[in-house]
Amino acid sequence: MVPARSLAVTPGSLTTTDFPWIIEHREERCTLCGHCTAVCPKGAIRLAHLRQRLPKLELFSNKRGSEYRTFTGIRQETDPAKLCIGCGMCAMVCPNEAIGPVAGTNENRTVFFDNRKGEPLKRGGRRNVSGPTLLDRMLFTRISMLTDPALDAGRHEFSTTTTIGRILSPEAFLERTLRGEWIPPTRDIFPFVIGSMSFGALSPNMWLGLLQGVAYCNEVLGLPVVMCTGEGGCPPWVLRSPYLKYIVLQIASGYFGWDEIIRAIPEMQCEPAAIEIKYGQGAKPGDGGLLMWFKVSKLIARLRGVPEGVDLPSPPVHQTLYSIEESVMKMIQTMSMAFGHKVPVYPKISASTSAKAVLNNLVRNPYAAGLMIDGIDGGTGAAYNVSMDATGHPIASCVRDCYLDLTAQGKQNEIPIFAAGGIGKNGNVAQNGMAMIMLGASAVHIGKYVMQAAAGCLGNEKNRCNVCNLGICPKGITSQNAKLYRRLDPDKVAERLAETFMSINTEMKKIMAPLGRSQSLPIGMSDAIGIADKAAAERLQISYVC
Amino acid sequence: MCRLALKTANEPFSPYEVLTAMEAMQEGYDGSGLGLLLRGIEFEDFRYNPLFPILSGIAHTEKAWHRVTEYMESRGYELKYDHRFAMKPELIDADDRFRYFMRAYRMPKEFRDRSHNERESELLRTRLALRKLGRDEDKVTVFSFYPDVAMIKEVGWPLQIGDALCLHDGQIKSRVCMAQGRQNTNYGINLYACHPFFIQGIATMTNGENTAFVPIRDWLEGTKFPGYVGYQSDSEVFTHILHYTLKKLNLPLQAYKHIITPLSTSELDRHPQGEFLRGLRQVCRRLIIDGPNAVIGTLADETCLLVMDQKKLRPAMVGGRDGVWAIASEVCGVDALVPDRDQALDFQPMREHTVIIPPHRKELEIWSQHDPLPLPLAA
Ligand code: SF4
Ligand code: SF4
Repeated sequence: MVPARSLAVTPGSLTTTDFPWIIEHREERCTLCGHCTAVCPKGAIRLAHLRQRLPKLELFSNKRGSEYRTFTGIRQETDPAKLCIGCGMCAMVCPNEAIGPVAGTNENRTVFFDNRKGEPLKRGGRRNVSGPTLLDRMLFTRISMLTDPALDAGRHEFSTTTTIGRILSPEAFLERTLRGEWIPPTRDIFPFVIGSMSFGALSPNMWLGLLQGVAYCNEVLGLPVVMCTGEGGCPPWVLRSPYLKYIVLQIASGYFGWDEIIRAIPEMQCEPAAIEIKYGQGAKPGDGGLLMWFKVSKLIARLRGVPEGVDLPSPPVHQTLYSIEESVMKMIQTMSMAFGHKVPVYPKISASTSAKAVLNNLVRNPYAAGLMIDGIDGGTGAAYNVSMDATGHPIASCVRDCYLDLTAQGKQNEIPIFAAGGIGKNGNVAQNGMAMIMLGASAVHIGKYVMQAAAGCLGNEKNRCNVCNLGICPKGITSQNAKLYRRLDPDKVAERLAETFMSINTEMKKIMAPLGRSQSLPIGMSDAIGIADKAAAERLQISYVC
Repeated sequence: MCRLALKTANEPFSPYEVLTAMEAMQEGYDGSGLGLLLRGIEFEDFRYNPLFPILSGIAHTEKAWHRVTEYMESRGYELKYDHRFAMKPELIDADDRFRYFMRAYRMPKEFRDRSHNERESELLRTRLALRKLGRDEDKVTVFSFYPDVAMIKEVGWPLQIGDALCLHDGQIKSRVCMAQGRQNTNYGINLYACHPFFIQGIATMTNGENTAFVPIRDWLEGTKFPGYVGYQSDSEVFTHILHYTLKKLNLPLQAYKHIITPLSTSELDRHPQGEFLRGLRQVCRRLIIDGPNAVIGTLADETCLLVMDQKKLRPAMVGGRDGVWAIASEVCGVDALVPDRDQALDFQPMREHTVIIPPHRKELEIWSQHDPLPLPLAA
């Protein structure tokens, strides 16, 4: 045995089997074209020059017995900084199926090095817990069997829209109509909203593709889909375009992009769909938005009114105000006024045990147009891993409590609750969304699902990829590097988005028809759902089925 | 699927007529119950003053019966008439029916000069208090307490129940009679689950299944209006929505259809009061019904109405002539109720229609949701 000193072993020395993703390279197929090493976003593979000894037995010669061959091959880096993220881009570009990542089966040693330079792991994606979610386990059990004829999802007319905006009580509505007084603005929208993903977090091509797709859904398919900008403003030409009506503008604690928006108000051709004031986010409660310097390109810098190449962390709270109650009240009022009281304004908070308190404040605020609650399974472009994995509250029980609270006050029609966080985590987007609606949500927001469905995002809850924060998105979805985002064709994203929403719409009808519902979205129809989990059924006040 | 029959005529008639007509449609119910509501009442042995509220219900034991009597006295009601059914109890399946009551009272003194609303709400409070009066072993079931309205509900075959209560003896007649032969759909057989449902002069009965029941019930309960209770049947909300439309929102009868089955956005775009109706749809969104339904109703002034669900998934038919009209689930029901009519004038309402038989009973009013709403405020 060799003394340890003579080997270059440092605390960070690991071998590939310690890694979550191991590259398998089949030398005999490789033509050394170099595509894989060029495409790898992490520099996790390199072209290596290797030397092989070929021992030779020469009995009748006094020459030394070995010969050496040098050759080139592809090898995985073992520096934790160059960890393979399993994105599979190398496999995608290899013309000979010579390379690809496989999930490591050994325990993952690299997690112990996720704190290099004293910085804990930051990443994109969402809570790394895989397997069926609570929403995945919900069944639509109240099938309308006794009374024929049943509904036909393919032929009957279904109303699948919902309302965003403060709704008056019927009495107040009639009284105000009679007196010609102000009626709060509302919009009829598709109940699956593209959740807030900023221009900055997303690449220009991704954003453009989404916008194009949304316009197509509205103008050609007749599906009133809206998308939320996230914090970071909105391109000036969009602000002045007729597409603004499909956009929910978000204002968050960094106020990025709002100079541009305020300046554009007099020139707007139409009103935005709504204004979302972000107080919290499910993926990282108590933390502000974060755009890391890699992604602050010239375009982003201009849009946000900041210098290029600096980290843009938004503060966790809206600094200018004392308490959340006051903040919510004043900001909602101010934003509502800025748009002539013609645009619904609602806050977004992270799901928490205190959500009900916020909701009850909103009930008393005549300008509050709803409440958006984002649960622990929500995605993000950048956050500390610990926030994502361990901080927050699951969405289902939080929304259910809020809905039941409103119901007890007879206000469930007046303040719509929007739910987000893990809707479609395992692909069951319509089922998850409709289950949330039956628990009491008026609509759901989907972000990560849209990236996965419309742009082929590779991230998952086994921590595959999830490098959205670094600006090296191999699909060009969350990168500001033109070399990368040019990989993403906005037209294709738009096409996929339209396909996605068409299919959600059909699945909604397939869920509603057997329940005998077609006239209105089954909001709060809790008698329709059941779950084979006693504790969950009791907590959510739905039926236990087995 | 249940079967419904309604007859309204200028000349009072016996409820037994309606029960016999129901036999024509008998394959549509399974004998789980009968509900009857009478308006414009005449008793053979008493000159009834239509201002006196009538209390209808069942005292299941003698004790319960005394409790009701005492309670009404203590609340200051003066008994004017106590109808006694010539009973054939052997025809009733249930054995805990001590007495079916139908009693006319005079309002307590302090209410005699009060406003209509105050008197109505006193009657409602009394009815609810009586409902609570029963105990597990001494049950009281109260169907209605209102001037000129009497109700009977029982489990079993409609005609058999009519025979048990000797409804053919001409002791009771009325100008309006609603009857439902029940087929049990959702919930266990319960007397309170039988149609028609009644609240403050408004009654409806339904053939169908209201799949949006739970969210509607939750919303109505949230209004905290004392009468919005019960909900042993998914159809009870239809009555309460009608009550809410007429009495709480003070909207005309035609608005009912706009609330339970609003027009689609594209239809509203073409409607003269589209903007108002879009607002109404939104604020009353939790009252949108769903599923296949035909709703038949009557109001205190003897107006009768019929509306369908938004897709017209249930049959219902109206026919008749000047002075006498019938609404039934099937044409054979209408035939049995008003045989001598011009069949060519029968009408099957479509999804947008509200059929109204006004109190004068001269002709039908057929009103479409696409017509302007008779509403000064929306103009
Ligand atoms: S899977 Fe992705 S990160 Fe890993 S080597 Fe291949 S391209 Fe690089
Ligand atoms: S593909 Fe892009 S957006 Fe998806 S996880 Fe990877 S870096 Fe993030």
